[in-house]
Amino acid sequence: MLVLVVVTALAFDYTNGFHDTGNAMATSIATGALQPRRAVALAAVLNLVGAFLSLHVAAAIATGLVEASMITLPLVLAGLCGGIIWNLLTWLLGLPSSSSHALLGGVIGAVLAASGPAAVIWGGVLGKVVVPALLAPVVALLVGGVGTWLVYRITRGVDPGARDRGFRWGQVGSASLVSLAHGTNDAQKTMGVIFLALIAAGSASAEDTVPWWVIVSCAVAIALGTYMGGWRIIRTLGKGLVEIESPQGMAAETSSAATILLSSHFGMSLSTTHVATGSILGSGLGRRGARVRWRVAGRMAVAWVLTLPAAGLVGAVCALLVQVLPGLAGSLVVFGLLVVTTAFLYHRSRAQHVDHTNVNADWCPDDEVLDPDHHLIHERH
Amino acid sequence: MDVPGTLTALWQIVVVSLLVGAGVPAVFAVGVRALAEVPAGPAPFPRRLLAGCCFGVASLAVVAGIVLIVLGGR
Repeated sequence: MLVLVVVTALAFDYTNGFHDTGNAMATSIATGALQPRRAVALAAVLNLVGAFLSLHVAAAIATGLVEASMITLPLVLAGLCGGIIWNLLTWLLGLPSSSSHALLGGVIGAVLAASGPAAVIWGGVLGKVVVPALLAPVVALLVGGVGTWLVYRITRGVDPGARDRGFRWGQVGSASLVSLAHGTNDAQKTMGVIFLALIAAGSASAEDTVPWWVIVSCAVAIALGTYMGGWRIIRTLGKGLVEIESPQGMAAETSSAATILLSSHFGMSLSTTHVATGSILGSGLGRRGARVRWRVAGRMAVAWVLTLPAAGLVGAVCALLVQVLPGLAGSLVVFGLLVVTTAFLYHRSRAQHVDHTNVNADWCPDDEVLDPDHHLIHERH
Repeated sequence: MDVPGTLTALWQIVVVSLLVGAGVPAVFAVGVRALAEVPAGPAPFPRRLLAGCCFGVASLAVVAGIVLIVLGGR
């Protein structure tokens, strides 16, 4: 059982990695500041380093959102499955959505199914998850928009070539900071889940420090995931939302880095994905003449609203399976279902492949949809 | 954190993020402009000094960000 949970947690960490590569690197890839493969390699290394930077790992999952005493190993497994499946589905559709929300949704759904609504701390869900999710894109949009406007105002009249060369450096620097922060924040979440599982299984005590293999495996999992590059999501963020130039890219990534780091400093953790998307939208609004594709933004917003309930539904179904089937059988069935679903979604993604060769291809029609049944993406020019 | 607590943290986040998140690119932009303004030849020394200061401030902001990560803001 413990092994299943650890493996599933690492799998979640991996999806977390490739789902979020775009948050940091999409703008650098879109403007050509970095070659696509170099960008994901850089992001992977920084995620790896970031995972080791701060090791205040709390053995916790969904603290203050569900009654801690209700969390059992099978429920953690069910919650992780909810998170992974939602992450894969949104990746297939090329939609950036918050990995932490997916995990929280899965766990809340699992606890809800197992113990009823009384086990969920609804005030916590509202204050810690829903309100920050509504605020994050707005704050980031404001910061990214003002930054972009200032940058274009200050560099007015400067030769665009020289300007873009300069800003590419700033872009890479600010994007790197976002990657580093992501490695620290998100790898630690999985470390916390595994540590919690170890304590629940009696293999560690809460007073222990996190075993080194947990830290190393989580760091490696998120770095490998990042290196895989969620090309579909990178494409949406870098090309789909806004046609982006280097100065916009730098303003957007600096806005993301500042908002993410400062919000966690002030005790509110905002989703990297929500912040990055808001910043990129802001950079589109801040430059005169830039076009923002609101339909794409609208689709993302729908995905964000659905994240919690959808991942929760999967988590709940998994939790019921675990409870109904006797002993370890339930957990094995849930794990089996996870593997089958993953294989199916991966197979679907092959039908319309996005990788480092066509990630920057022109955004085709106004409402390009990454629908595996249609072949909408042009070859690279 | 409850809802009122979230809102109290919010205005601080907005103000400081706006200062840093929009300020750093602006300073960087001043640096880029200082270097690029002259049509031909390398920029004169005062301009290069100004640009160096601007890029220095931006680099310091990155270092500050790393410190914030290491200290673990949460």
